[in-house]
Amino acid sequence: MSGHLAIRGVTVDFERPAGRLEVLEGIDLEVQPGEVVALIGPNGSGKSTLLRVAAGLLAPRDGRIELDGRAIVEPDPAIGLVFQEPRLLPWRSVAANVGYPLELAGWPRPRRDARVNELLELIGLSGWPDARPSQLSGGMRQRVALARALALEPRVLLLDEPFSALDALTRERLNLELLDLWGRTGTSIVVVTHSIQEAIFLADRVAVLSSRPGRIVANLRVTLPRPRSLDALDAAAVSPLATEIRQRLGDVAA
Amino acid sequence: MSRASTVAQVGAMFVVALIAWKALVVIGGYPVFILPPPDTVANRFVRAWIDGTFAPHFGATLQEVVLGFVVGAGLALVIGYGLARSVLVGRLLSPYLVAAQATPILALAPLLALWFGAGLLSKVVICSLIVFFPVAVATMVGIRSVDAGLLELARSLRATRRQVVATLEIPAALPSILGGMRVGVTLAVVGAIVGEWAGASQGLGVLVNLARGSLFDIPLMFATLLTIALMGVVLYGLVVLTERRLVGPR
Repeated sequence: MSGHLAIRGVTVDFERPAGRLEVLEGIDLEVQPGEVVALIGPNGSGKSTLLRVAAGLLAPRDGRIELDGRAIVEPDPAIGLVFQEPRLLPWRSVAANVGYPLELAGWPRPRRDARVNELLELIGLSGWPDARPSQLSGGMRQRVALARALALEPRVLLLDEPFSALDALTRERLNLELLDLWGRTGTSIVVVTHSIQEAIFLADRVAVLSSRPGRIVANLRVTLPRPRSLDALDAAAVSPLATEIRQRLGDVAA
Repeated sequence: MSRASTVAQVGAMFVVALIAWKALVVIGGYPVFILPPPDTVANRFVRAWIDGTFAPHFGATLQEVVLGFVVGAGLALVIGYGLARSVLVGRLLSPYLVAAQATPILALAPLLALWFGAGLLSKVVICSLIVFFPVAVATMVGIRSVDAGLLELARSLRATRRQVVATLEIPAALPSILGGMRVGVTLAVVGAIVGEWAGASQGLGVLVNLARGSLFDIPLMFATLLTIALMGVVLYGLVVLTERRLVGPR
């Protein structure tokens, strides 16, 4: 399994009645197979937009996306996407939500069920296949969304502030679980976050975006050893790297 | 509250209403041709069913209502979907739909009877017309209420147009659509009766007229009204049951 994602010279602008709004300008970013890259930046730096371009949901004005050398111009099964909100189908059970991508892809029932069981096992929700989303906690819902994104065994997982709506404790636990999942599935990961601590804790590399139009102003390697435990979260918060990221963010904010 | 006590409450209310009706007749001293007492109406109701007075009229009206509802609601689903998803369709059709709805069906019925004859067709047209609007609006609102985030999710999963309709839009819009059908099905009964008044040889609406006029059997008229009301209640109940089956917990 590979998972080399290349974002090359991506420029995005939105047409507004007031004129063209440049959102991203000349973004170059490479994610090596199995690497975790965190995207951090101020509000309005186009982080989510960049993720949607990488997912093939939005065409850039300029530049291109390549996954293992293949151009991505539309949504692709090799790319899994997790949104800020769980976006579960409220009328479907947990199992049917996790199996939704498989159903759309036309997997036959028995194969689908087997894969869903595997995924529920993976995210620790084996006991809840028939629960409705409304019966789950926020953290459980986001785990279901994560399982759904992993259903088709993507080579790259794109996460858009996946845990930002959760309380701090749940968020810590899910970050840990995310690393665990990453260890077991070996996908490359791009995660958008607002939290410096979270970025360092999760990533091998942190890309800092400037405010609009978003440009990559720093691409910093994280040296925190793996596997990482919750202690690493504290270490991340007080590391020199955190200071540096904060400075870069401060620079661009000023 | 337990189911048994709910039934008891509803039953008690029904008995109270019957007693009040009877008391009104007795105390007010109304003659049978103005307000027959409940027992007389009940008697007439049972007799009309046993001697076969109701059966052909009931059958005719039920057929009109069911066909009219199916045609009207079916068209409304398609047009309602178009209204929700296409600005152009909305712009072109909305004025006529609203105008058709604003014109009282009572005023339109004679014209429709003139065009489509005194048979089944004119009633089906009138029923469909009256059912159409609430179901179309409910469909439009339901389809528009589909979460944009879910649509984006479906796109990221490469769902086809058909898959989006079947797995997202219909399930999301179903509660709203069935709400529109609840209104629509009772209106369908109204449409059938109105249609029959505008010209027909059979149907419960015709029977109401006969009972009041040439037969001068006011208890029969009341029994017919009761039958019409029951038809509406049962059809409404069927839609509610369908709703319970199709719309699970959310």
